[in-house]
Amino acid sequence: MEPILECRAISKWYGAKLALDRLDLTIPRGRIIRLLGPNGSGKSTLIKLCNGLLTPTGGELLIGGKAVGLETKKIVSYLPERTYLNSWMRVHELIAFFKDFYADFNESRAYDMLSRLSINPKDRLKTMSKGTKEKVQLILVMSRDSQLYLLDEPIGGVDPATRDYILNTILSNYNENATIIISTHLIADIEQILDDVIFVNQGHIVLTASVDEIREQKGMSVDALFREEFKC
Amino acid sequence: MTWEFKKDRPIYAQLIEQIELNIISGLWGPGERLPSVRDLAAQAAVNPNTMQRALSELERDGLLYTVRTSGRFITEDGNMIQKLKDSLAMVEIREFFEKMSKLGFDRSQTIRMLENAARGEK
Repeated sequence: MEPILECRAISKWYGAKLALDRLDLTIPRGRIIRLLGPNGSGKSTLIKLCNGLLTPTGGELLIGGKAVGLETKKIVSYLPERTYLNSWMRVHELIAFFKDFYADFNESRAYDMLSRLSINPKDRLKTMSKGTKEKVQLILVMSRDSQLYLLDEPIGGVDPATRDYILNTILSNYNENATIIISTHLIADIEQILDDVIFVNQGHIVLTASVDEIREQKGMSVDALFREEFKC
Repeated sequence: MTWEFKKDRPIYAQLIEQIELNIISGLWGPGERLPSVRDLAAQAAVNPNTMQRALSELERDGLLYTVRTSGRFITEDGNMIQKLKDSLAMVEIREFFEKMSKLGFDRSQTIRMLENAARGEK
């Protein structure tokens, strides 16, 4: 099967600043991948290129074999770092909104997750705590039957018990041919749900390995390796 | 049952150990059918591919076997389970001797203390 994501010598300049430097990357289907790197390493830039919010300065980027555009947006579900949702909206309105926008949105799954996390669909986003807002956004994004999920800094403000529930939901709900890319440096204990880790630094990919390869070869967790590699 | 993982060792290896423990403790009986890879992975909160790898290795060792279309089962070979039990016990014993020797007790002293402790004396 063709890979879900292919970057061929992708570069991105912001004015005179180079954010990604001729990056090559191939990501197969059916993987859960963590994108890891210090602040300003290019993680969010890469994710925004994948969903078409940014266009590369050079190189080629393919999602499921197609150039990023209308067709690829149908199969990519994106959780941004900062919310774009209107805070005056109620949760059930947001769900209707997503249903209108995305043909692959599974409404009953969304309501099911809301009730299990005791979130009232009638609540407005602006009345919610940071963690609850994050839950709502993640539920919306994960309720789509997409082929590629791009999660930029999810569930940082969510409490540990809910985090477990959410990780479990991700594991049991996602389609085995779908790929999830999670960009985060906050969470150490998601390692066990990952297939691979991609270390990004200064616009380059410095390491791609599976979690167990890292543990086998270095005798330490991904988190410990990160602290060692990027010690300040 | 809760699954716990240490940070410094491969997850699939730790899964293998926990499944072996489940089998020798009888929590999972001989001939019993295992849940699907997906369900097991969700239960342990691990990546399904990692769970698959652990199960494949256990299958290669003969502790599990797959029946086409009906699933994966635990071996009915009691000898094999007993052997596994013995070998895990040996690992524990060796570790115990090592710890005792770090505390300055040789084998015979250790065994004597062990016997006393088993009789409930100090």
